[in-house]
Amino acid sequence: MAGADGDDSLYPIAVLIDELRNEDVQLRLNSIKKLSTIALALGVERTRTELLPFLTDTIYDEDEVLLALAEQLGNFTMLVGGPEYVHCLLPPLESLATVEETVVRDKAVESLRKISQEHSPVDLEVHFEPLVKRLASGDWFTSRTSACGLFSVCYPRVSSTVKAEIRQHFRTLCSDDTPMVRRAAASKLGEFAKVLELDYVKSDIISLFTALASDEQDSVRLLAVEACVSIATLLPQEDLETLVMPTLRQAAEDKSWRVRYMVADKFSELQKAVGPEITKNDLVPAFQNLLKDCEAEVRAAAANKVKEFCENLPEDNREQIIMTHILPCVKELVSDTNQHVKSALASVIMGLSTILGKDNTIEHLLPLFLAQLKDECPEVRLNIISNLDCVNEVIGIRQLSQSLLPAIVELAEDAKWRVRLAIIEYMPLLAGQLGVEFFDEKLNTLCMAWLIDHVYAIREAATCNLMKLVEKFGADWAQNTIVPKVLGMANDPNYLHRMTTLFCINALSDVCGRDITTKQMLPVVLKMSEDQVANVRFNVAKSLQKIGPVLEKITLQNQVKPVLDKLATDKDMDVKYFAHEALSVLELTYPAHD
Amino acid sequence: MLRQRQTHGGQNDIKRGKNVSMETDIISTVEFNSSGELLATGDKGGRVVVFQREQESKSQPQRRGEYNVYSTFQSHEPEFDYLKSLEIEEKINKIKWLPQQNAAYFLLSTNDKTVKLWKISERDKRPEGYNLKDEDGRIRDPSTITSLRVPVLQPMDLMVEATARRVFSNAHTYHINSISVNSDLQTYISTDDLRVNLWNLEITDRSFNIVDIKPANMEELTEVITSAEFHPQHCHTFAYSSSKGSIRLCDMRQAALCDKHCKYFEEPEDPSTRSFFSEIISSISDVKFSHNGRYLMTRDYLTVKVWDLQMENKPLETYQVHDYLRGKLCSLYENDCIFDKFECVWNGSDSVIMTGSYNNFFRMFDRNTKRDVTLEASRENSKPRAILKPRKVCVGGKRRKDEISVDSLDFSKKILHTTWHPQENIIAVAATNNLYIFQDKVN
Repeated sequence: MAGADGDDSLYPIAVLIDELRNEDVQLRLNSIKKLSTIALALGVERTRTELLPFLTDTIYDEDEVLLALAEQLGNFTMLVGGPEYVHCLLPPLESLATVEETVVRDKAVESLRKISQEHSPVDLEVHFEPLVKRLASGDWFTSRTSACGLFSVCYPRVSSTVKAEIRQHFRTLCSDDTPMVRRAAASKLGEFAKVLELDYVKSDIISLFTALASDEQDSVRLLAVEACVSIATLLPQEDLETLVMPTLRQAAEDKSWRVRYMVADKFSELQKAVGPEITKNDLVPAFQNLLKDCEAEVRAAAANKVKEFCENLPEDNREQIIMTHILPCVKELVSDTNQHVKSALASVIMGLSTILGKDNTIEHLLPLFLAQLKDECPEVRLNIISNLDCVNEVIGIRQLSQSLLPAIVELAEDAKWRVRLAIIEYMPLLAGQLGVEFFDEKLNTLCMAWLIDHVYAIREAATCNLMKLVEKFGADWAQNTIVPKVLGMANDPNYLHRMTTLFCINALSDVCGRDITTKQMLPVVLKMSEDQVANVRFNVAKSLQKIGPVLEKITLQNQVKPVLDKLATDKDMDVKYFAHEALSVLELTYPAHD
Repeated sequence: MLRQRQTHGGQNDIKRGKNVSMETDIISTVEFNSSGELLATGDKGGRVVVFQREQESKSQPQRRGEYNVYSTFQSHEPEFDYLKSLEIEEKINKIKWLPQQNAAYFLLSTNDKTVKLWKISERDKRPEGYNLKDEDGRIRDPSTITSLRVPVLQPMDLMVEATARRVFSNAHTYHINSISVNSDLQTYISTDDLRVNLWNLEITDRSFNIVDIKPANMEELTEVITSAEFHPQHCHTFAYSSSKGSIRLCDMRQAALCDKHCKYFEEPEDPSTRSFFSEIISSISDVKFSHNGRYLMTRDYLTVKVWDLQMENKPLETYQVHDYLRGKLCSLYENDCIFDKFECVWNGSDSVIMTGSYNNFFRMFDRNTKRDVTLEASRENSKPRAILKPRKVCVGGKRRKDEISVDSLDFSKKILHTTWHPQENIIAVAATNNLYIFQDKVN
C-alpha cells in the first residue's frame, strides 16, 4: 500500500482528502465521489479508525454531498476489510439516516439494506439489529421513518426472540404519533408482510393493515391501498374475503377522493391479487362506481384502467361482464364533462376491440370511437388516432376512414402548433395502415402543407415525416409524388421555404438513393448556391456535405467541388465557414489548393 | 396578571439619544414554534430574527424564560418582476414553524410572492488538520508529504446557521397573505387575494390550485380572500376568510378543486347599523382555528368573533375590541387606518383570546369569565418584571385619572401582530419596531 512510502502518488490523495472540506461544494462532492480512492490509499485499518469517524460527523454538509456519501458507503465493504468489518459502516449510515432530507435518508436506508446482506447472522444481531432498534425508538421522526425500511431485511435472518422484538417495533411505528412515520410504516407494510411467517401475517399484519387503512390522515390511508396488493397476494384465497376485502371495500368508498384515486390507480394490481372470483363479485361493481365517481381525477384514473381491467377478467364470462357492466359506464365517459377523463379513456378504449371481437366492436365500440374522433378536445382525438393499430387488427381501418379524415384534417390545421406536431408524428403510422392510394388521395396535400407551416418545429417534423413516408412507400413513389413538389419550393419567394427544400433534400437523399439525388436533387441544390440570402447559401454548403456520401466521386469532383470552392470565397463569413467544412469532410481539398 | 419580561429592538437608538426607527425594522409578523422554545419575528426589511428561551440555570434563576437572539438571517431580498414591471417587496408577511423533525428547526417564511423553507441548525465541531497546509495555513512543499492525514473534528464555539432549503416561487399572481402547514406534515397552503395553492413541502416546481375565486371578468370582482388556515387535526379541512366578512370551510376529500365550500359562516347584517363603512369594517383580517379544532376565531375591524364549527348562521361569541372607534370611522378612513389588518390569537387552552388595537394597546378576552382587559406595550412600563396596568379609554364626558381619551389615541402606534406561547402564559407583542414579551407572574 502506498501509505508508508513518501512517493509522489500520495499527493493526489492528499489533495482529495483536503478537498473533503473545501468550501466549494463541487470540490467536496468530487472528493466524496472518489472516497474509494482515498480509502484504498489509507488502507482498511485507517479507513475504519480515522476516515469513517470523520465521515460520521459530516452530516452538516449539503444534500448532494450527503447523498453521494450515502451511496458510496453502500459499496464500501471491501474497503473496510470485508464482511467481517462491515459493521464499521453502520455509524455514518446511521447518522445519514436521520437527516431531514428525504432523498438522503432514503439513500442511506438503501445502502444499509445493501450492507445488511453482507453481515453474518451473528453480526446482524450484534450490530445491525440494535441499530434498527435505535432508529425505531429515536426521538425524531426522521430516524423512525428510516427504521421502517430496515425491518424486512433483517427479519428473515435473526433468531425468533429478535423476530418478536422486530414485530413489536414495527407495530409501535404503525401507531406512531406523527403521520410521517405512519406513512413510512404503511408504505413498507407490504414488503414486511412478505418476509413474515403466514401466521403472523394473519395475526399481526392484518390488524395493522386495518388500522392504517382507517387512519385519520388521508395520506396514510391511501398508502394502505398499496399494501393491500402485497398482502392479498400472500394470503390463501379463502382468507381474503374475511381479512382483506372489508378494508378494500371501505377504501373504494372512502370519503376522500385521494384514497379512491389510489384504488383506481392500483386497480389492475388489486384485481390480479384477489383473483377471478372476488373480481367478479366485488371488483366489478367497485370499478363501476369508480368510473362514475364524482371526482374527475378518480374517473380519469379508472378510465385509464378500463382496458387492463377488461383484459384480466376471467375469460369464461368476460364478454358478458364487459357488455352488461363496463360498457354502459364507458359510454357515459365518452361524453364526460372533464377532458382529462375523456382523454384517459381515449388512450385505452381502442384496446377493447381486441377483447370484444369484430361484431361487438362494429356494433358497440365504433360509435364511441367516432364520437371521440369528433370530440372538441384535440387531446382526445389524438389519443384515438395514436391507437388506431388496435382497431386495424380487428375490423380494418376502412370502417373508420370516413370519420378519420375530417378528424385528421382538423388536427392538422389546429391553431395550437403542438397539436399539429402530434398529428404529424402519427402520419407514417396512418399511412402504413391506410395504404398508399388513400394516402395520395387524401393526406398528401396535408403533408406538403406542413412544409410551409409558419412554425419551424412543424416544418422540421414535416421533413422528417417525408423521410419516413418514403421509407414506407419507396423511392418510386417519392419520385412521382413528393420530390417534384419539394423541388418546386426552391423557387419560392420566401427564403424560409427555399431552405425547407434543402432540409427535405438532407432528409430524403439517403432514402431516395443515388439516382434521384444526382439527377433531380443535386442540380437544384447547386443552383441555389447563387441565392441572394446568405442563410440559404450556407445551408447549400451544409446540404452538399450531407448528400455528398450518396453521390459518385466523379459527380463530387466535377459538380460539387466547383460550387463549394466558390462558396468558400463568399463574402459572408458563415457561408465560407460551412463551405470549408463541407470541402474538408468530403475530402475535396488539395494541399495545392491554398 | 402579566409582567413585563423583555423588550427587543430599538434600544440602541435610545441609548444613543435618538429614537429614529427605520422603516425596514418594523416587525411584520411574530410566531412561537410548537414547543414555545423559539420565537420568530419577520420584518419589513426581509429579515427573520429567531429568539430562543434560556434554559433554567441555577446561577441565574431569574433569567429562566428569557428569550435571547438565537439566529438572525435575511430571508427575502427586494426583487423586480421584469415581465410585469413590478417591485416585489422583501417584507415578511408570515412565518410558520414546522414541527421539529430532527435536531434542526424549520420554518416557512413568505413575502408577497415567494415562500421559503429555512433550516436553522447548530454546529459545534469543525474539521482540523490538512495535508497540504500546516497549522498556520502555509502551503507545504508537496515533496515533504510522506503520510496522509485524515481531518479530525474538534469542538468549537456553538454556531447557529440558517440555510434556505427550498424556495417555492412563481405560483402566485397576487399577494400572498397567509401560509398554513397541514397536520399531515407533508403539505401546506399558500393563499393570495384570489387563490389558494397546495404544496408538498418537498416539491418546489409544482403546486395545486385548490381554490380560485377569480372571476372571468375582473370588473365583476366583489370579494377577495384575506386569510386561510388548515384545521389543526383534520388534514382535509381548511378555512378561508373573505373581505365580505364570511368564512368558508372546505373539505379536500370531496374534490380536487375546493371551489364548493362545505360550510359557510356568516352573520346576517343588521340593517339598522348599516353605513358607508359597513363593508370595509366587516372584512376579516385574520382567521384562526382553536387548538382543539372546535372553534374558529375571526377578527374584523372592530370585533373578534368566535364561531362554533357546528353553527354557521352566527358567531358563538362576539367581543368588542375598540367599539369607541365606531364614531371615528370617517377619520380612520381618511388616514387609511380602517384598512389595517389586525391578527388574533388563542392561548394554549383556547380559554383566552388576544388581539391588537391602536396606541400600542392590546386586548385580552377571557371566554369563561367574560372579563376583558386592555394592556399597553410601551417603553414607559417596560422595566423588567414590571406589572402591566390595565388601561381604559374613555368616550366623551369627564376623563378620570389613568384614563385616556379617544381623541388622544395615537393611531400610528398599532399592534397588528401578536403570538401566544402554545402552553404557557407568555405572549409576544409586536409594536412597530419593538417586540415586547410578557409573562404571567413567575417566581
